[in-house]
Amino acid sequence: MIVENSEVILSVKDLTASVEGTPILKGVSLDVKAGEIHAIMGPNGSGKSTFSKVLAGHPSYEVTGGEIRFKGENLLELEPEERARTGVFLAFQYPLEIPGVSNLDFLRVAYNSRQKHKGLEELDAFDFDELVQEKLDIVKMNASFLNRSVNEGFSGGEKKRNEILQMALLEPTLAILDETDSGLDIDALKIVANGVTQLTTPENAVILITHYQRLLNYIQPDYVHVMEGGRIVTTGGKELALELEERGYEWVTEPEATEARV
Amino acid sequence: MTIQVSPGQLAKSKATTQREVYLAALLNQRSEFDRQNLSADLGDWLQDLRDRASVRLQDLAIPSPKDEEWRFTDLSSLLQVSFQAATAALSAEALAGFNAVLPETAESCLVFVNGRYMPSLSSTAGLPQSVTVGNVGQLEEPYAARLRHYLAQQPGSEEVFTTLNTASMTDAAVIWVPKNQVVETPIQLLFISAGETATLSHPRCLVVAEPNSQVTFIEDYVTGDRGYFTNAVTEIWIEENAQVNHTRVQRDRSNAFHIGKTAVSQARHARYIGTTISMGGKVSRHNLEIFQLGEQTETTLNSLTMIAGEQLSDTHSTIAYSSPYGTSRQLHKCIVDDQAHAVFNGKVVVPQAAQLTDAGQLNRNLLISPKARVDAKPQLEIVADNVKCTHGATVGQLDADEVFYLQSRGIDADSARKLLIYAFAFEIIEQVPIASLQQALSQSISPPTS
Repeated sequence: MIVENSEVILSVKDLTASVEGTPILKGVSLDVKAGEIHAIMGPNGSGKSTFSKVLAGHPSYEVTGGEIRFKGENLLELEPEERARTGVFLAFQYPLEIPGVSNLDFLRVAYNSRQKHKGLEELDAFDFDELVQEKLDIVKMNASFLNRSVNEGFSGGEKKRNEILQMALLEPTLAILDETDSGLDIDALKIVANGVTQLTTPENAVILITHYQRLLNYIQPDYVHVMEGGRIVTTGGKELALELEERGYEWVTEPEATEARV
Repeated sequence: MTIQVSPGQLAKSKATTQREVYLAALLNQRSEFDRQNLSADLGDWLQDLRDRASVRLQDLAIPSPKDEEWRFTDLSSLLQVSFQAATAALSAEALAGFNAVLPETAESCLVFVNGRYMPSLSSTAGLPQSVTVGNVGQLEEPYAARLRHYLAQQPGSEEVFTTLNTASMTDAAVIWVPKNQVVETPIQLLFISAGETATLSHPRCLVVAEPNSQVTFIEDYVTGDRGYFTNAVTEIWIEENAQVNHTRVQRDRSNAFHIGKTAVSQARHARYIGTTISMGGKVSRHNLEIFQLGEQTETTLNSLTMIAGEQLSDTHSTIAYSSPYGTSRQLHKCIVDDQAHAVFNGKVVVPQAAQLTDAGQLNRNLLISPKARVDAKPQLEIVADNVKCTHGATVGQLDADEVFYLQSRGIDADSARKLLIYAFAFEIIEQVPIASLQQALSQSISPPTS
């Protein structure tokens, strides 16, 4: 929701970034305020996923210019784990499998690292189990998932639900969902979307990176941005997504079309 | 017993090479076979077995890197050490630190210290009467008489270290499971090298699983502070339709030398499940030899080498098929840190007669540091034309994306790496069929959570 005079959580200015010397982001600027849901759409290779990884601090992406401030702090100075502890959460497009590490242990380590950072009490296995049981319902996950190895043998939908479960536990100020909807059937999509909606409050914000307008039927964005060639080329309300669905990206991304719009 | 040969003395010997002289010096350390509880007949046979091996040894030498089988494993550092046979028995206090008997095997374990059977530390009270678990002296008829058909009768017994073991054998751990007997309780064979001097020991195990029987055993090696030399040989005979689940754990200190052989003969329909964990030793070598001797035999091998510092650990495996419908599944993993060096040579031999063989081998290596090294060599010798044989080898470092995934959940980079190494190792460790041992091995790597 758009809230008048709410705090700017994320402020990105003229961000440029490269992978192995190839520039991918070529000047991204974006402000996200508390309570807002932003959708970033765009064709393959437009830089959407790179943007999400740069926000989370992936070491393979080199920031070559611009700035990112998160709650007033220079995010670029923080290690990925510090960004996570301070409230940035990235739901992965392809969550990794970690055989041999139980999901419950993994969630608890992640949760406690956040608690420690905030100066709050770390939970023992028993108390944590109680907490996580409450959260399971948000993503309609069966408790048996907790005793399995992290993402090992999970279906695509189960992996994405597990990402949202992590989000529910870590209660991030800024959640970035990188194509969380890709490859999901409609039931799984509804569960994921419903989970995200439940976790959205006036104090936090969400960036949805998506390829498909379909997700936005279930999560109502306040803003829709279109990315192309490493820049945000146009921004609109949720109706922009519908238009994109009907007309494709060409009309916004081709230079003459863009000029015609201006 | 005193030191027979020191490196200085070796230089004086010109008639033979240093590696021959050294081997002879190791042989000179042998003590007599304890014939006290043996029948005269069996005693004579064992004496003769040892003598014949000693004679054979005169034509052999410690292998050098010029030998193809030892190309990457240089035993020069072994030649620098003068080992002694253990003499005095160790006190209970001296052994207190090695209490590696597992809770699950408290009443089904044999303990050997420096090659000597320790009845006071062993117990077989939890095992069925019909199963023979003990040392050679405890063997009753008809098994005592049949020993000669099994002990030192596997192919490959002429190999130099196996011959040295046979020539120096003072006792052996024996597990003999009669026909149709299923032994539910796992059995532990614990070999401890301890004491104030760099001792030499030649542990020997013989396992016979008669037709339709089933048994699970753990062969466990631990050492004290000194740089001991363990030269172990385990022979396993799995008769028709029998099953053996064998876990071999080598957790010597990182200053020890360890050369071990596991030889397995599988009759028709026999199943062998082998799990090997090698984490100790300055220089260690494991020769794993599987002989599938009948139709439709099944072999499962899971092994993990986990080394750091300047350790060298070599695994040479051979799966020799002979008959149709055999299967094997082999997964060998290495985790190599610092300047350590792992070697894996995985041979699979499929002769013409072994049609419809299904052999799969996978070797995955994780190099933690830039100076870590692994030499991996799959070696498939396939003559039969209607078979399915696959092999794969990967060498990699920790995946940056995986580390990042964990970091993005608030876990610092160092803990993330530890967690991923643990996960890589766990695929093998989880195959260990004893809960307490599985847990101990997990903890020795890195606990998943702190």
